[in-house]
Amino acid sequence: MSVRQFSLRVNGVEHRVTAPPMARLLDVLRHDLGLTGTKEGCGEGECGSCSVMLNGELINSCLMPLAQADGATIVTIEGVCGHGRLNRVQRAFLECGGAQCGICTPGMILATLHLLDRHPCPTQDQIQEGLNGNLCRCTGYMRIFAAAEKAANSDSGAIK
Amino acid sequence: MRSYPADYDLIVPGQLDSVLQLLHDEAGQWTPIAGGTEIMVLYGAGKLAARKLVSISLPDLSQIVEDGDSISIGGGCSFTQIRHHSGIQKHFPLLAQCAAWTGGIANQNRGTIGGNLANASPAADSPPALFAYAAELELISVRGTRRIPYEQFHLGYKKTALAPDELIRAVVLPKRFEKALRYGRKVGSRNAQAISKICVAATGSLRQGRVEEIRIGMGSVAPTPLRLLRTEKVLLGAAPNAATIAEARRVLSSESTPIDDIRSTASYRTLVAGNLLEEMLRVFAGASS
Amino acid sequence: MQSERIVGKPVFRKEGLAKVLGSARYIDDISLPGMIFGATVRSAVPRGRVLSIEYGTGIPWDEFTVVTAKDIPGHNYVALISNDWPCLADGFVNHPQEPILLLGHPDRHLLPLAVAAVKIEYEELPSVHSIEESESGKPVVWGEDNILKSYSLEKGDVDAAFREPGILIVEGEYMTGAQEHLYIENNGAIAAYSELEGVTFWGSLQCPFYAHKALIAVTGLPEDKVRVIQVETGGAFGGKEDYPSMIGAHAALLAIKSGRPVKLIYDRMEDMAATTKRHPSRARHRTAVTKDGKLLAADIEFCLDGGAYSTLSSTVLSRATIHSGGAYYWPNIRVRSKAYATNTPPHGAFRGFGAPQALFATERQMDRVAKAVGLTPEEFRRRNLLRTGETTSTGQEIRQQIDLPGWMERALDYAGYYEKKARFNRQNPDSLRKKGIGFAVFLHGAGFTGSGERYLNSLVGVDATADGRIRVLVSSTEFGQGTNTILCQIAAESLGVDYDVVEMAPADTRIVPNSGPTVASRTAMVVGRLVHSAARGLKQTLIASGLLAGTYTTIELQNAARAYIARYGGLCSMSRYEAPPDVYWDDQKYYGEAYAAFAWAAYVAEVTVDLTTYSVTVDDFVALQEVGRVLNPVLATGQIEGGVAQAIGYALYEKVAWDRGLMRNNQMTNYIIPTSQDISKIRVYFEEVPFEFGAYGAKGIGELPIDGPAPAILNAIAHATGEEFNAIPLLPEDIAERLASRAPVAREMAAV
Repeated sequence: MSVRQFSLRVNGVEHRVTAPPMARLLDVLRHDLGLTGTKEGCGEGECGSCSVMLNGELINSCLMPLAQADGATIVTIEGVCGHGRLNRVQRAFLECGGAQCGICTPGMILATLHLLDRHPCPTQDQIQEGLNGNLCRCTGYMRIFAAAEKAANSDSGAIK
Repeated sequence: MRSYPADYDLIVPGQLDSVLQLLHDEAGQWTPIAGGTEIMVLYGAGKLAARKLVSISLPDLSQIVEDGDSISIGGGCSFTQIRHHSGIQKHFPLLAQCAAWTGGIANQNRGTIGGNLANASPAADSPPALFAYAAELELISVRGTRRIPYEQFHLGYKKTALAPDELIRAVVLPKRFEKALRYGRKVGSRNAQAISKICVAATGSLRQGRVEEIRIGMGSVAPTPLRLLRTEKVLLGAAPNAATIAEARRVLSSESTPIDDIRSTASYRTLVAGNLLEEMLRVFAGASS
Repeated sequence: MQSERIVGKPVFRKEGLAKVLGSARYIDDISLPGMIFGATVRSAVPRGRVLSIEYGTGIPWDEFTVVTAKDIPGHNYVALISNDWPCLADGFVNHPQEPILLLGHPDRHLLPLAVAAVKIEYEELPSVHSIEESESGKPVVWGEDNILKSYSLEKGDVDAAFREPGILIVEGEYMTGAQEHLYIENNGAIAAYSELEGVTFWGSLQCPFYAHKALIAVTGLPEDKVRVIQVETGGAFGGKEDYPSMIGAHAALLAIKSGRPVKLIYDRMEDMAATTKRHPSRARHRTAVTKDGKLLAADIEFCLDGGAYSTLSSTVLSRATIHSGGAYYWPNIRVRSKAYATNTPPHGAFRGFGAPQALFATERQMDRVAKAVGLTPEEFRRRNLLRTGETTSTGQEIRQQIDLPGWMERALDYAGYYEKKARFNRQNPDSLRKKGIGFAVFLHGAGFTGSGERYLNSLVGVDATADGRIRVLVSSTEFGQGTNTILCQIAAESLGVDYDVVEMAPADTRIVPNSGPTVASRTAMVVGRLVHSAARGLKQTLIASGLLAGTYTTIELQNAARAYIARYGGLCSMSRYEAPPDVYWDDQKYYGEAYAAFAWAAYVAEVTVDLTTYSVTVDDFVALQEVGRVLNPVLATGQIEGGVAQAIGYALYEKVAWDRGLMRNNQMTNYIIPTSQDISKIRVYFEEVPFEFGAYGAKGIGELPIDGPAPAILNAIAHATGEEFNAIPLLPEDIAERLASRAPVAREMAAV
């Protein structure tokens, strides 16, 4: 028995997935569900470009076996917009230059959302810690810190 | 991704009793997986020998229970749970700190203390705090539960006292360190997501300028996490001065056996371990004056 | 010049929306119908003969496509400069991880198991793994003498200068290690083949036409039967300048043999172990200086470790040779440089391209020379930094109005240098956390060296589509540094239209002309200027046709373009590179105008050296640079910050642990780059002295920021500790080893 059926609620939509229980959630999202916004940078849980929200918590989807995600509520980068408008974090990344090559950006945006959920007015230290599992090679992080701060200071709710 | 997913099975019984029964009935066949932050890395690298896994992400194992005497941390508690628990922050701040030093934010959300201890890396961040706080482990199997002092858990490199069908049910910490002096530090290659080159946690007290109580745990200086019993003996009753420090360094380097590995060198570890001891004593002396 | 509407403004990144939405499609996000997957079987030994290849049990080999060197229809090399880089090893391997054969199969997960099941027997031969070992010639592994390339540059009479009486001579040896690019997106390729279309290669890459040329050679197909398309690229930094030619060729060979489209994506471990890195270097400086601190002569010996094949070593060495003089006036200077072959995966382009290595040595040496003559580092530099009208080490006259001492002073001022230096000197003796402040003043030549730009002969287009969109046609690619944005800004500004109506044509060799590779900090300056003139040409064409008035709105121009196209069938304006006048370069003597322009910088690093752990943190960093013109302040600042962060990694964190050519720490857990908690403050300041031959005055800035931080940081560490460290990466273990021998002094204050 190498495949089973699992259910996932991804970005508000129920999915039934038939796959091996040890399929990585990252691969299920990208290949079975066609949600390629979540990226693979290292496959070892270090770079965070595979970050998604699972039951409200930031996790590395390259380290999550499908069977342990059964029944979970998942949010990927494709799900962070509100009603077709940019989320305040996405807007801030655009304004502050938080994305250069963009490959770390989906994970970085999710990590920023996770941070602001827990610390609506984060200090610089909290921002730096909140993003410490998301590696960026292009920006040197400074524009990303600026984006996090800007998002924290902007109105909550979708903006465009 | 170097493993073939269909070659693996992972079952989720969902109940602690069922898991324990399975581990007993099909002894040696099933490998427990908690947060997966260790196992899935091996899996991704094509190095996971185990083919059959059983999930131990269970409600029964992820509670933190506090009473007047102790805090019992379920083996399945995540590092995020541990670092944010107000009781742990108050009574066992070194452990909260060690949890905050473990990996990065996302891995703290999944990594569990039980998984970390069972994995038995000598570089793990929490064990020094468990030594400092006189932790006991509650181990569970179909035969029931038993308690052992944490000092008896590690038997050798990646060898623990767990029976093949046993799980870590809880880490139990006695609430008697509220007034203790404390010191903890992790030395890694960077400020986050770093496996420690050396890490230390210590509690103690001074009386009339002399060390009255001391418990020191250290990681990455031996094949297992180490309680520095001989170094503690040297410090007991001594005043924190240059002579004490010199003697403590000497005994420390005889009881620790750091190695050269991909992260660091034996000589660096030895030197820094001694420096950390010295810093600890300075902190204790400063705090108690 | 400062009255532009779009150039110089922080307009949003052209492809930024897609990136923040997560809808930007990188190579592994793309699938083609019928696509299979590829993988590479690589050498396990550094050098030797392949004796046998066996396909182990447990794998359904009959389902696999297997490609060996024998299957290569064209030439078995990856065309670059010399043609010594085998596409697939043919019976002999020269480095660990050298590709030997390729496998293709529809099941992506099966491939790693199949790779592991291929058993290769080798007759191992002796190998060399360092500059010193290669120098010894025991054994010779490349050419006659292991020397991939050498240069000799000389100005003035160096030997006579060293015989001058009353001078001081300061010697030093400086070493830099390999550096892994660690773009967060690994190398990846998709290739398809049909008789009608030929080969199409989609890739994560910097230089479509480099890959185009390489695929022509490997497949033997004619030019119009090879098509290369760059897709969204997740970081490159030079690591995707040459390597995509290799992976693209591999994917193409599998596609040709299997008859199916092939996707070939490396995982992190493979990418780190098998692809290019920054060249390790060794520099030996001998400096003659007068007693009052005037530089008289330099005799510099500079070596690179090139790896097993020559690839780009000749050009990296060239840049290192020319930059060895730094930002100083040398009446006499000699640089003799060599690139040595070793049995390591070939080293390649990495941001800076020889300049970080050379400038590390030079800026460390200058601090030590200053010390030897009893001058402060800043006073010594005041006396020796280049001035307008003086000549560089290749005899190039500095024609721009530069003020290096002034810029240095401004950077020191922003950094609070003088106050901090004095305060740290006062406080350090009583602290176990030693603070230091140090700086570097340096330059980076923009564009290709000497006659390189003329040789590239770049061609650029600006066109309009039938529905009135304006497109920039270049082969210059976006990989985070802002190509799309600044070129669209330039085109929009030149045309007098809104930024939003200008877009980039796909980086597809069938659609765009060859504007040269996206390297060497040339995109803004050289290609941007061509975009500017092509755009102006398009505007002139429309006005000359009578369809457009002298002043107009965006809509009016778009309407005119549509009308023009309806009338004449198309509207496209091309512009070809023209070298600036009075540029003379002698390739034999390595003398003359090496670069069209230099960007200049002064960087200041403030550090803490913790004597308990011997680790170094960079607490504050000031990066001041003169760049001609800042085309987009947000993007430019981001480039500087990113380059500084990479250089902090280069100096303090990133060590490749070699085991006879094999990278042992080929994972993100043990190849250490800074996290968000490791970078404190980077403060960026720009000066502008517009360069008349750059787009809107712009010079290149992409590489400059990685040239200076390493020596600035080590100069700061020298201030903090009193110890001179001359090799990077400088790890706490290295500091501990040196300082431990001074233990009694360091630990004295610890007595409680």
